[in-house]
Amino acid sequence: MAALDGTPWVDDDEHEVRPYALTGGRTRPTNEMSLSSLLKARATAPEGYLSPEAAHCLALCRGEARSVAEVAATLGQPVQVAKILLSDLLDAGALIMAMPTRTADPKDPNLLEAVLEGLRTYVV
Amino acid sequence: MRGYEPMSSDDPIALKIVVGGGFGVGKTTMIGSVSEIKPLSTEETLTSASSGTGTDRLEGIENKSTTTVALDFGRITLQKQNMVLLLFGTPGQQRFWFTWDDLSLGAIGAVVLADTRRLLDCFAAVEYFESRDVPFVVAVNEFDADDAYRYSSEEVREALELKADVPVLLCDARDPASAKHVLVSLVSYAHAVSLRRARERAVQAPPAAPPLQHSSDLGATS
Repeated sequence: MAALDGTPWVDDDEHEVRPYALTGGRTRPTNEMSLSSLLKARATAPEGYLSPEAAHCLALCRGEARSVAEVAATLGQPVQVAKILLSDLLDAGALIMAMPTRTADPKDPNLLEAVLEGLRTYVV
Repeated sequence: MRGYEPMSSDDPIALKIVVGGGFGVGKTTMIGSVSEIKPLSTEETLTSASSGTGTDRLEGIENKSTTTVALDFGRITLQKQNMVLLLFGTPGQQRFWFTWDDLSLGAIGAVVLADTRRLLDCFAAVEYFESRDVPFVVAVNEFDADDAYRYSSEEVREALELKADVPVLLCDARDPASAKHVLVSLVSYAHAVSLRRARERAVQAPPAAPPLQHSSDLGATS
C-alpha cells in the first residue's frame, strides 16, 4: 500500500469504509471484553437505528453465543472495531455476555478432563 | 451496567488453544481441518511495542505502541460439555511474541507446528511456551514430505532440546483426524500437567489448619 516510488498512497484493497469510521472515531469499547468473550443476542430487537455492521454483529450472535474473535473475523474488521460495535450493542441491551457459572480455569484438572472427553467424541 | 445478566443458568465456557510455529508451516491449514467453521482471519491491534530485535523500528516513531497482526481463528463446539474451544493461529516470528502473551493467557495450551524442511523455525515458539509455562506439544507437519527428510520424533526432541515429557507427534495438518489427534494429545498432556501440579501443591501445602476449638486459644496467646 505505501509506496516511495511516486505512486499514490492508496489502499483500494482495504475496506471500503475505514475501520474506525464505523466506530465514530472511538478506539475503546465501553465494556471490557476479550477475544474469547462470548455474546448472544437477546430476544427483543433493539430500538432505533443500527448501522449495517452493528446489525451484522447482532445477526451473528443470534441463536448461538459467538466469540468476539469470530464476530471480528466474520465482519472482516479488526478486533478492536468489533469490540466497540459489540459493546454498543451490549449497552443498548441488544446483546448479553455469557457469564458461565463454572470457572474457566484452564489449569483445572476436572475442566481439562471434560474437554478431553468432548474432544475425543468430536466428529471432524 | 446493562447487558451483564446471564444468558441462562448454563452459559457455555470458552477456552483457547493456540497454534504457533514458524511462518508458512500450516497453522491455518490445521485450524481449518478441525474447525467446524471455515478458518477466519482477523486483525488484532496490540498495545505493546515490539522490542528487542528492532524489526519494526522506523525513525521518528520509536514510541510506536500499537502493532497490528493477523490472527487465524477456528472453533470447535463441545455440545455435551457446553464448551466452545477457540483455536487461534498466530504469527511465528519472534517480533510477534507479544501476541502470544495475549493469547496464551488463559489458554489450555499450545500446539507448536514444525516443518520437516525448516525444523528449527519453530524453536522460538518452543522457547516461548517453555519460558511462560504454557503446556505445549510439538507436531511435525509431514505434508509434502516425499522429498523431504522424515525425522523421527526422537530426532525432533533432540534437535529442539525438548524436555522429556513434552509430547512430539508426527501429523498431517490437512487431515482432520490427524489434526484432531494433535489437539487430543495436547489436552491430554495439559491434563497430566495440571494433575502433577495439583499433587505438588498438596505436598508443599502447610499442614492442615488446627481444629476450630483451638483457634481462639491461638488468638489469645498471640
